[in-house]
Amino acid sequence: MKNLIVIIFAFLVCQANAFRPILLLGNQNLIERTCKQTPFYDLCIWSLKSNPESRDASVKKLAQIMVDSLKTKATETLDLIDELLQDGLALDPEMQKALTSCAERYNVIIRGDVPEINEALKTGDYKFAAKGANDAAIEANSCEIEFPTKSPLTDMNKVVHDVSVVAASIVKIIQTKFSF
Amino acid sequence: MVDTRPFLPVSSHAGSDPTGPSENRRKPMKLQLSIFFVLLTVGFFAALLTSNNGSDNGFVKENEHGSLASPSSEKQLRPVSRGPAVGVSEKSNRFFAKDNENQLAYPWNNSMLSWQRTAFHFQPEKNWMNDPNGPLFYKGWYHFFYQYNPHAAVWGDIVWGHAVSKDLIHWLHLPLAMVADQWYDKNGVWTGSATILPDGKVVMLYTGSTTENVQVQNLAYPADHSDPLLINWVKYSGNPVLVPPPGILDKDFRDPTTAWLTSEGKWRITIGSKINKTGIALVYDTKDFINYELLDGVLHAVPGTGMWECVDFFPVSKTEENGLDTSVNGPSVKHVVKASLDDDRHDYYSIGTYHEKNGTWIPDEPKIDVGIGLRYDYGIYYAAKTFYDQNKNRRVLWGWIGESDSEAADMQKGWASVQSIPRTILFDKKIGTHLLQWPVEEIESLRLKSYEFNQVKVQAGSVVPLDVGPATQLDIIAEFEIDKEALEKTTGSNVTFSCSSSGGTIERGALGPFGLLVLADDSLSEQTPVYFYIAKGSDGKLKTFFCNDQSRSSVASDVNKRIYGNLVPVLEGEKLSLRVLVDHSIVESFAQGGRTVITSRVYPTKAIYGAAKLFLFNNATEASVSASLRIWQMNSAFIRPYPNNKESQ
Repeated sequence: MKNLIVIIFAFLVCQANAFRPILLLGNQNLIERTCKQTPFYDLCIWSLKSNPESRDASVKKLAQIMVDSLKTKATETLDLIDELLQDGLALDPEMQKALTSCAERYNVIIRGDVPEINEALKTGDYKFAAKGANDAAIEANSCEIEFPTKSPLTDMNKVVHDVSVVAASIVKIIQTKFSF
Repeated sequence: MVDTRPFLPVSSHAGSDPTGPSENRRKPMKLQLSIFFVLLTVGFFAALLTSNNGSDNGFVKENEHGSLASPSSEKQLRPVSRGPAVGVSEKSNRFFAKDNENQLAYPWNNSMLSWQRTAFHFQPEKNWMNDPNGPLFYKGWYHFFYQYNPHAAVWGDIVWGHAVSKDLIHWLHLPLAMVADQWYDKNGVWTGSATILPDGKVVMLYTGSTTENVQVQNLAYPADHSDPLLINWVKYSGNPVLVPPPGILDKDFRDPTTAWLTSEGKWRITIGSKINKTGIALVYDTKDFINYELLDGVLHAVPGTGMWECVDFFPVSKTEENGLDTSVNGPSVKHVVKASLDDDRHDYYSIGTYHEKNGTWIPDEPKIDVGIGLRYDYGIYYAAKTFYDQNKNRRVLWGWIGESDSEAADMQKGWASVQSIPRTILFDKKIGTHLLQWPVEEIESLRLKSYEFNQVKVQAGSVVPLDVGPATQLDIIAEFEIDKEALEKTTGSNVTFSCSSSGGTIERGALGPFGLLVLADDSLSEQTPVYFYIAKGSDGKLKTFFCNDQSRSSVASDVNKRIYGNLVPVLEGEKLSLRVLVDHSIVESFAQGGRTVITSRVYPTKAIYGAAKLFLFNNATEASVSASLRIWQMNSAFIRPYPNNKESQ
């Protein structure tokens, strides 16, 4: 009898350990299922998987991770804009004007959109999270088209835009899914 | 969500020890042992195999430049349409490219931005506003409360703003009525409604978002009932009075309605929610607004509509041209259920019958049930709420009009959102399925100089300027008659038309589009058409559509360019009639006496101040149109803080 109990116990322990990859796989599946419903699958997967908090995360947490990513990318872009503006005399007036306008837009993303999305996710009034995320995409795009010729920010604007769109898509999933 | 594959027991034959089965009865211990070992091994291998398949799937490497841009990044940015964020359905995804038409980034200057502020629509002096709350008439004043962010021009940190007016038009700002100072509304003092008790006292029920982000219902009442301005409010010490019931999630329980009396003398309220994807309205009865009993079942439910926000429930008279107190019931009364759908940010209503005994409501026409049928407004309009105005015996509707520009512009101009002009609501007796909305008559007190135009003929494919002086604050009443011959001669077709999927006013049909161009500059480089489009079916039947086209409303690239609108029922013998209120960046349009309404936000860069003009247009190919109009210049409502000097007003 004692042997049986020991064996059962060992069995259960081994099963738990053996199945941990499947539990992880379970959440990989959630990340993949979620990202499939966004227009930028690769970006979505990369952003989520590179954040350790995405393990065992709910869809709502995935949205929050995406928003953190948005804030990070937007801040990096704003830093770059500030750096470019410091070139000062080396800039032609049109470039200066465009960069200044972009700085304003990125300030709005970081100080307006991101807090709005975060408060909405926290309190459950998801339409305002969608609003903030959609607006961030518009701000990034508006910055990009400020430049009459070559934009020094194309790659970064695209990332910020796409991350915003992914965040908005995940919010949509939260809104229209039935249980959270 | 976690996709664990249940471990299925393997039959004892697979892989079992060959000596096993026949010795079952004799050596049960050994058999059980071997079975367990087998299960263990198989399970272990199963786990190993499946985890190998799953790991590192879909991992994307950064490219050489370290950016996440995929190879397709050479394409221009593809922006998300403004649609979902501002309450319009996601139909098209406009592609803003640098070399696309005149699409350039348009830096907003202060002149353009300050023009956008309205002259006679309610808005706070600055910052963000959303839902109307607790409107009521009390001791000679109309009261209006609203969701407000005291800190920024975006949603957040929500508290209750407050203003009063003698006439629903001239508003005076008062101090904030309620702030987030309790654990039960720390994360948001959200939407609520007022109930006036038979003794004249007021109670307010509102949703609070608690410190744990649970949505609960709270009771508040005026600190001093003898204060006609109702400046100070007290929150009931025993709040919350309602928490999410079993089966309802913490974040799906908000916006309590005004209460109405049941035949048992209890008060009844309804609160919107959802179960899975079915939008529902929960019903509670109470005697004291403190203790509630949840009724079995719901007032109504519609599958697939998602969360019901800002539910409203009220009676309308089938026969009289006045409003009804929320408690009124009877054979000549119909009841309206309205919900704001969180999923698409539109307000829907349906007319039906209330069954008082079990607290349920059934729509007259299930095909146009709540959430799948008629909308109050086919433009930007959300979180609407009615109240019974006992002062003038009418039911008055408030609606929140958000912005459809970028938040960068909102933050630069320092404010966001306005309220619609309050509208009276009546049952449309002639049609039976619709409500009629019409701006409250007190708005006529703002009318200044008027201009009249009689039977102006507008040929097919032409534009006629209307000289009315400045064209940014106008009240326009117009009637159109379309050439009867063209109506009869035109061949019908089976092509279906919808305002939103059409090409706007550029898309010419035989019998439309025709109407007005508001906020248009002389060269028409910026214009906002408000118009009718008549489509003739292959059966000869005519369908009239009422639309508002924003696609050329501004050369700025970061504003909403959608086309709004819907079918408008037009009865035999009815002329096409239109009323339009133009007030800087808001245009409210009413067709057929308010049977179909469209509100839009417009942000021109050139058609502002003295450069804004008004035109008649007819872009039909076969029909000429004649229009008769009366147009008034509108005064400002001088909405401002309540003066400190108590004698003045």
